[in-house]
Amino acid sequence: MRKLLAITGNEAIAYAMKQINPDVVAAYPITPATEIVQIFSQYAADGEVNTEFVAVESEHSAMSATIGASAAGSRAMTATSSQGLALMWEMLYIASALRLPIVMPEVNRSLSAPINIHADHSDTMGARDSGWIQIYCENAQEAYDSLIQAVRIAEECLLPIMVTIDGFIISHAMEGVETFEDKDVQNFIGKYKPAHPLLDINHPITIGAIDFNDYYFEHKRSQIEAMNKVEPVILKIAQEFNKTFGRSYGLFEEYMMQDAETAIVVIGSTAGTAKVAVNNLRKQGKKVGLLRLRVFRPFPAEKLSKALSNLKAVAVLDRSTGLNAYAGPVCTEVASSLYTNSEKKPKILNYIYGLGGRDIFVEDIENVYKDLEKVVKTGRTENLINYIGVRE
Amino acid sequence: MPTLKELAKEQELLSGGHRLCAGCGASIAVRQVLLAAPKPLVVTSATGCLEVATTIFPYTAWEMPWMHSAFENAAATCSGIESAYESLKKQGRLPVDTKIYFITFGGDGGTYDIGLQSLSGAAERGHRMLYVCYNNQAYMNTGIQRSSATPKGGFTTTSPAGKVKPGKEQARKDLTEIMVAHNIPYVAQAVVGDWRDLTTKVQKALSKDGPSFINVLSPCRLGWGCAPEKTLQTGRIAVETCFWPLYEVDEGVHKLTYKPKEKKPIIEFLKLQDRFKHLLKAGNEALLAEIQEDIDKKWKKLLFLSGEKSE
Ligand SMILES: Cc1ncc(C[n+]2csc(CCOP(=O)(O)OP(=O)(O)O)c2C)c(N)n1
Repeated sequence: MRKLLAITGNEAIAYAMKQINPDVVAAYPITPATEIVQIFSQYAADGEVNTEFVAVESEHSAMSATIGASAAGSRAMTATSSQGLALMWEMLYIASALRLPIVMPEVNRSLSAPINIHADHSDTMGARDSGWIQIYCENAQEAYDSLIQAVRIAEECLLPIMVTIDGFIISHAMEGVETFEDKDVQNFIGKYKPAHPLLDINHPITIGAIDFNDYYFEHKRSQIEAMNKVEPVILKIAQEFNKTFGRSYGLFEEYMMQDAETAIVVIGSTAGTAKVAVNNLRKQGKKVGLLRLRVFRPFPAEKLSKALSNLKAVAVLDRSTGLNAYAGPVCTEVASSLYTNSEKKPKILNYIYGLGGRDIFVEDIENVYKDLEKVVKTGRTENLINYIGVRE
Repeated sequence: MPTLKELAKEQELLSGGHRLCAGCGASIAVRQVLLAAPKPLVVTSATGCLEVATTIFPYTAWEMPWMHSAFENAAATCSGIESAYESLKKQGRLPVDTKIYFITFGGDGGTYDIGLQSLSGAAERGHRMLYVCYNNQAYMNTGIQRSSATPKGGFTTTSPAGKVKPGKEQARKDLTEIMVAHNIPYVAQAVVGDWRDLTTKVQKALSKDGPSFINVLSPCRLGWGCAPEKTLQTGRIAVETCFWPLYEVDEGVHKLTYKPKEKKPIIEFLKLQDRFKHLLKAGNEALLAEIQEDIDKKWKKLLFLSGEKSE
């Protein structure tokens, strides 16, 4: 029997973790992800999971212990946010290069300084080239559904995966979340069969050897290939998920895109706000659309540029800044994928918004569409980079 | 206590052909630890000479499951492996009749300094693992830089002796006692140069149902500037001068495992090594006296803790 629960994003994630029932969870508290760790440790304390819960002394050790547990041949998970992810940085690259299928919920929060606990995407955007698969969720339901799919994706691709939600906006907001039965989740994820577990003492292996210039490049080349192969796996597993549970997910979500002349590209919870703006403008007869990017790693360059190529102008919303005196990370990748994949190139605007949890409103997004309309009319973009809701 | 005859029959688990230096203390320590340990083993190493020189892809010297992930986190990595073992064992997903033993090796840099937090965390959490610090008293892999295990007056490339400085100005951190303060079942100091003492300690440590720590002083021919054929002697003289006392703390009880018949002056240890050469020059008498004083004080305290008569 499916149950409709009124739960927060963090609760939905912890509940999915319980149903996944990983063998090891090693984690450390950090706002706004702390609840995930707390709730899960209660499941462990009540014997509701088989998990060995390791309350480590830092996120560096959280990722290190998770790496050890995964290499040992167990299903291993951790969860974090912001500074915690930053402290893991060294180990993120090691997890992916050792091809360990670790699943990590990540609650998006800004990075210090100034210290701030609220949502933006600087933390996971900083880890975008660490070799992890990244799925950004719009709401708690998607986080629950994605985490279940993430186990399969990671284990089939032999790559680690982070599933993110926006801090507070999703992590602490209550929603109706439809949950499945434990046994259905277990059937979907299946039993874990690691290929070369360290604990197989009859087949001793060495993990983490040193490569000099005679092998390093080949090993990196195979890691590149592993990421190249992820996209169809995500789609295949999403399809299977849809067949089993009846909800459909893709690399990105297209909203009113079919006849759209202008569109916004956005990641995470802001898509919900943007959909309201699209509805309002559609009522006024404006041909506006929305593309919510869900899978940022691997970057679905070909499919994304195809979806955008017929637009006259597109605005990319970045909830982090590259601090590169150019553009935000989502914008630079969208722009470069259009350049390399498409003959037709819509005009591009970049909007930096929501840093440190700054609210964004429906009117803000409607104004972006107005800017796009102006660009289409005049054929000119005044500023590539624009800011929403900041006092200058 | 293992006999030489028994140990000689054991399979060597660190195979020859690795690229550690001739006379490397660390490799001797590791071989003795592996010979004495109950089997089967899963071993973790921190980044450092040992890891780099034994796993040059596509080769490996390790004849058992072995893992390295980074420098400061060997204890955390091992704690994850041990937790996976506990979880899978409880779930009946590992053969019931095999008990795996877990050993981690780290240099003093990876243990005293950058890895102290992860070691402390793993010890406090109580994972069933033996952490062996092969302590060569400096970061050797990166070219002999000071660590908090480098002794006072010691020359390293980041505590060089110069016109106004006499090598390292600070005293060594007492990591062994820091580990004692974790109240784990077994902590010991051992040395490359006394195989019987080291192997006995390894077996005691691995008989415990919890974490254990052994700090093994491991002479380094390059970093210490001592003759490769003198590795064992150098280790032994460190013990005879009480620069490196051999003792254990078993379930909280301090005990000397060797007491020199006659404590030798520290100069006997210092003069064997280039890293202290500058101290023997005229003008450094006060510093030498201070070094001797430090050692006497610590030795006295250890005698007290071990319930031995003061000398
Ligand atoms: C985070 C990090 N910092 C620095 C290094 C560079 N590094 C590699 S090995 C090493 C020194 C190791 O010293 P120690 O632990 O004493 O072992 P030894 O080399 O003496 O065997 C250093 C500084 C690194 N690999 N990782």
